Amino acid sequence: MKLQAARIAQVITLGTLGALSLVGCSKKDQPATPAATGSAQATAPATGGNATLNASGSTFQKAFQEVAIESFTKANSTIKINYGGGGSGKGRQDFADMVTDFGCTDGAYKDEEKAKVKGGEFVYVPILLGAITVSYNIDGVDKLQLSADTIAKIFQRDIKKWNDAAIAADNPGVTLPDLDIVVAHRSDGSGTTQQFTLFLTNAATSSWKLKSASTIEWPADTQAGNGNGGVAQIVKSTKGAIGYVDLPDAKASGLKYASVKNASGKFIEPSSASAQAAGDGIEVQADLTFVAVNAKGDATYPITMPSWCIVYTKPADKAKGAALKRYFNFMVTDAQKMAPEIDYAPLPKTLQDKAIAAVAKIEG
Amino acid sequence: MKLNAKPNRADTAFHGAAIAAAALVLLILALVVFTMATRMGPVLDRMGLDFFGSRRWSPADRLFGALPFLWGTLYTAVIALVLAVPVSIGVALFVTQVASPRLRKPLVYVLDLLAVVPSVVFGLWGVLVLAQPIQSIYIKVHNAVDGIPVLQSIFGASPQGRSFMTAGIILAIMITPIITSLAREVIDTTPTPEKEGAYGLGATRWEMIRAVVWPHSKAGIVGAVMLGLGRAMGETIAVALVIGSSIGQITTNAFASGNSMPSVIANEWGEADDLHKSAMIGLALMLFVITIAVNLIATAVVQRSKR
Repeated sequence: MKLQAARIAQVITLGTLGALSLVGCSKKDQPATPAATGSAQATAPATGGNATLNASGSTFQKAFQEVAIESFTKANSTIKINYGGGGSGKGRQDFADMVTDFGCTDGAYKDEEKAKVKGGEFVYVPILLGAITVSYNIDGVDKLQLSADTIAKIFQRDIKKWNDAAIAADNPGVTLPDLDIVVAHRSDGSGTTQQFTLFLTNAATSSWKLKSASTIEWPADTQAGNGNGGVAQIVKSTKGAIGYVDLPDAKASGLKYASVKNASGKFIEPSSASAQAAGDGIEVQADLTFVAVNAKGDATYPITMPSWCIVYTKPADKAKGAALKRYFNFMVTDAQKMAPEIDYAPLPKTLQDKAIAAVAKIEG
Repeated sequence: MKLNAKPNRADTAFHGAAIAAAALVLLILALVVFTMATRMGPVLDRMGLDFFGSRRWSPADRLFGALPFLWGTLYTAVIALVLAVPVSIGVALFVTQVASPRLRKPLVYVLDLLAVVPSVVFGLWGVLVLAQPIQSIYIKVHNAVDGIPVLQSIFGASPQGRSFMTAGIILAIMITPIITSLAREVIDTTPTPEKEGAYGLGATRWEMIRAVVWPHSKAGIVGAVMLGLGRAMGETIAVALVIGSSIGQITTNAFASGNSMPSVIANEWGEADDLHKSAMIGLALMLFVITIAVNLIATAVVQRSKR
């Protein structure tokens, strides 16, 4: 009995640890390229040869990747692409360890992480932009305007009632109810949290004290939901709730969302067009990384997040290189037209040209 | 024919294989500890002993204190035990001592079935079905005990649907079949002649259970409870879904939302940078050490009550 007890407990412990180690190091099988690939490529270079591309990363991009892959592989039947999701952090890690052929991420590598990227030179290719909504649930209030300072105070719990003077000041003429505010945020580490708090850090410099990170030390009297869907569910089911949810999920859940005051002092509603406008008002670094929150421009929605895919410029496998180049070209050109249909913002022209130039660096 | 015959090749091979298998388990265990201990280095460099004592967990400020998560793990496990142990022992006694043989078989079958339901199923049930309506019950409980010392600090103010208590309830449901099934097997080993003897002396069923079954099974039941405790502390996904995931909570209010060690690892690992990951490996190592400690205590208790 005692031995059995000890043994089972050990198994349980090891199981926990096993699950932990799996998170970081699930190596996917690298599919062997068939020997025929070389000749297939020689005779029909247009198709890019037989190749299977594996990728993981940003869940923000997942819906876009799904439609892009479906449409791309319809036209290029010899190429197979698997997009695993798992979050930006996983995307960067898998790509750095060369577990995947490309990765997609809502944030760039930190300097100390960059040194651990094993496959040599790589490029950031901007893929799309997206709006993060500030969604709310108040009966009878269909239009709400919020400034960065007010949002910061709400999420820090400095403001606890919807009829607070600060909210009223942003909404002249609107009757706000005497209702408790319930703040909803992400329970999981998230690029969306990072971008939302980055907006508050940049735009509400004097009020926002919790800084910007993938996990925030939120006040204890707030609610946490898993993923955009989890936060959307809390907002939808709780009267007086407010939470940050990306636009596709907010729309899918039928949430109401606020217009947010941008850097020019205008209240702008989140949409594909207003997020795309943010892409025109940004400073792009040489490696094509940039910050999209609080961008300049009258029509700009200020809580806009970017997303990139990362790819090595010299893929070891030639057939894969060709396939990668084709798919990346497709993502930054034809696939851009699909983005608004699923509530993402396509790249503005200036950024798109830079993305196409980056794709040209891939040797394939 | 000699009795001390030289072992043949098959024997030698079996001997070697058995030792190798046993050594492998220990080796894996040692490597796991070694790897985790090395990889938690960065967070110890940054935080020092504050890692174990600080209440703040703020990746943005590069501050990592494990205390709130340790509290959450222990508190939910204790709630789970308080709820699960009486039920489990009751069910085990019912199945072995009270139920008719015809009822007994299907009951045991259902209990064992409950034990193999994946934890994520309980978690999803908890978050989708239980968490919303149970909040109104919590509010009633809080109002009922408001003003009574101790009770009002346990069933405290502004109850949340996803809280320590909800996590404790889900854990209790998960560990009940385990404790029941082990306790049942232990109780079943009570020698029939002793039971018959007690009845022969005129004992009622309750007196028989107290005088014969309980002393005989005590050690085994403690072991079963400790196993349940181990499972409750290590449970990840189900707890992550229903505990509410608020950061830095150390409170006796069981209706407040909090977080546990496995749950914070599951939630935050994906987007964490190196130092943040190191802190979570530190949490994993602490959990590992605590689980081992629970086992050692269980062993000691079982040994003592055997004497």
